[in-house]
Amino acid sequence: MIPAARMLEATKQYVMDGGTVHALRDVSLEIPTGDYVAIMGPSGSGKSTLLNLLGCLDRPTSGRLMLGDEEISGASDDRLSEIRASHIGFIFQSYNLIPQLSVLENIEVPLYYQGRIDRRRRQRSREMAELVGLGDRLKHRPTQLSGGQQQRVAIARSLINDPYFILADEPTGNLDSVTTEEILRLLGDLNEQGKTIIIVTHEPEVGKLAKRVVRLRDGSICSDKQMSHV
Amino acid sequence: MPFLWLRTWRLGVKSLLLHPLRSLLTVLGIFIGVASVVWLLAIGEGISRKTQEQIEGLGATNIIIRSIKPSEESIENVGSSRSIVPYGITRADFDRLITTVPTIDRALPIREVRYRFGYLGRNIEGRLVGCTPEYAEVNQLEVDRGRFLSDTDDHKKWNHCVLAAGTAEKLFPFENPIGRAIRIEQAFYLVVGVMKERTPTAGIGGSLTAQEFNNDVYIPIRTLWSRIGDIIVTRRTGSFEGEMIELSQVTLRVDKVENVLKTAALVKETLKLHHRKQDYAVTVPLELLKQAKTTRLMFIVFMGLIAAISLVVGGIGIMNIMLATVTERTREIGIRRALGAKRGDITRQFLVETVALSVVGGATGVLGGLTCRPLIGALRGAMQRAAPDVFEQLPEVIREVTPIVVPWSIPLAFGISVTIGVIFGLYPAIRAAAMDPIEALRHE
Repeated sequence: MIPAARMLEATKQYVMDGGTVHALRDVSLEIPTGDYVAIMGPSGSGKSTLLNLLGCLDRPTSGRLMLGDEEISGASDDRLSEIRASHIGFIFQSYNLIPQLSVLENIEVPLYYQGRIDRRRRQRSREMAELVGLGDRLKHRPTQLSGGQQQRVAIARSLINDPYFILADEPTGNLDSVTTEEILRLLGDLNEQGKTIIIVTHEPEVGKLAKRVVRLRDGSICSDKQMSHV
Repeated sequence: MPFLWLRTWRLGVKSLLLHPLRSLLTVLGIFIGVASVVWLLAIGEGISRKTQEQIEGLGATNIIIRSIKPSEESIENVGSSRSIVPYGITRADFDRLITTVPTIDRALPIREVRYRFGYLGRNIEGRLVGCTPEYAEVNQLEVDRGRFLSDTDDHKKWNHCVLAAGTAEKLFPFENPIGRAIRIEQAFYLVVGVMKERTPTAGIGGSLTAQEFNNDVYIPIRTLWSRIGDIIVTRRTGSFEGEMIELSQVTLRVDKVENVLKTAALVKETLKLHHRKQDYAVTVPLELLKQAKTTRLMFIVFMGLIAAISLVVGGIGIMNIMLATVTERTREIGIRRALGAKRGDITRQFLVETVALSVVGGATGVLGGLTCRPLIGALRGAMQRAAPDVFEQLPEVIREVTPIVVPWSIPLAFGISVTIGVIFGLYPAIRAAAMDPIEALRHE
């Protein structure tokens, strides 16, 4: 089976006033379909850069990145947008819902940029809302929802395009402990159903729930462990 | 694809409605611009069409020559011994013009004198016009009762006269004037006809002042020459003043419109040879018409310029608002980019908003433009009631202007406003699209 994402000796450098910053050095990583990976590390370790590369928001300076069977290291900006719309599900720390859209419309946004919304897909967005337990809030605005509910909408949104993997950036950073547990349970359930999940976090409790923990330091992978509890 | 556009539009309108006041003010800028284009052009058109009608009323194929009193200093040259100085167009001029200028189709000699008319005990003052039978047709006078003067009246120098409506009303309030005789100077004239009432013509400037027809008495010009003569003595306080004029006005009709300007030049040349002083004036309505058309064009350009400025100001307003909106919605742009929006999608989204603003501004502006006629009427009425003195002092053009909405100004104004929306919206939209999605997502 083709892995969800493969990274081969990927390097990312930023040219700043003070000189070149090596955000990532020769990172090779393979994420098989169905995996649940936590990417951890102190700030400045390259977590965000790795996330941006995996999320196709950025391209590596050198090295290769494959999503599914597609090489995306040299893809155009528009092609990257298409990949994001079709194959990646984003979850952010601050939910990042669009305030003027309703719950249902927010869930549909990636479909909108895939260029087609038909009845079947609209039905699917309802199903996704029900899956995260918000089937009765379809017409609500994000501001009318609690933080946990907003994050559920974001999860539903990340599932709508049936992505290669869900990329979660500190998904529980803004939530209290009870809600955090709810969200993590939801993510765990999704993984059980076969969804690939990549979660970027610095909270050990969050990392513990993953099947695999990848630790970064100074732009390189310093450890990559399968967790024993699975 | 049309479905997606529909969604983009819906989304754009939704975003605009998030800030209703802001959107309203932006629309207002475009509204004022568009409405002012329609208004200014309508007012300009109203003024120029009025002038044009007045000139056309004089006849496009006509050339009008009028006698005018030469200035004081040129009279002194002749010598102060003569108290009565002859001036103006002479019968000799008239004959010369008819015989030498071949393109003249018809020539109407007219002699006007202010006089007193009497019937029984009633006396009124009015204008005595010596003319030929064609006078009625040329001045669009219609016969009410009886007939107008005939060629026979003229050739036989009969003492026949025709009364204008006002004169008839005052001299014969109770009787039928036809068949009666009125007194002019020492002689009696048989009334053969009465004319219908006619609205006065407006003055065109130059040598043509406004003409009032309602207090006229018309007699054959030959009768006037032989009975009254060329010298008119009017009594002023303490002294007499004399004038000697053979013809007050000659209206020439040229055979074809193409020949009017050539003929006018020839007429001027012919007259110049026999007049040392400038005691006549030649008015060519066609020339005036051409001038009026040039003026109208200048007016349109001028008004267009003013309107264009206000539209550009409106456009800058749009751009300003959109730049603010883009900054404010940086995060939304980041989210959309992360979820798969291409640069083109973002550009389109913001462009749709500016176009929506300018379309609404344009449409309401056109509606606002259409109100100019009733609104100006109401304004005039209000001013007439509030400050009648000031109103009376306004020039006639302003008092009587009726705006005429020029049909092409509506699509023009609307088109320009939408174009301005696109042009001024493009930069903010492109700026929004050019943002780095990672930076935009991080934006607070």
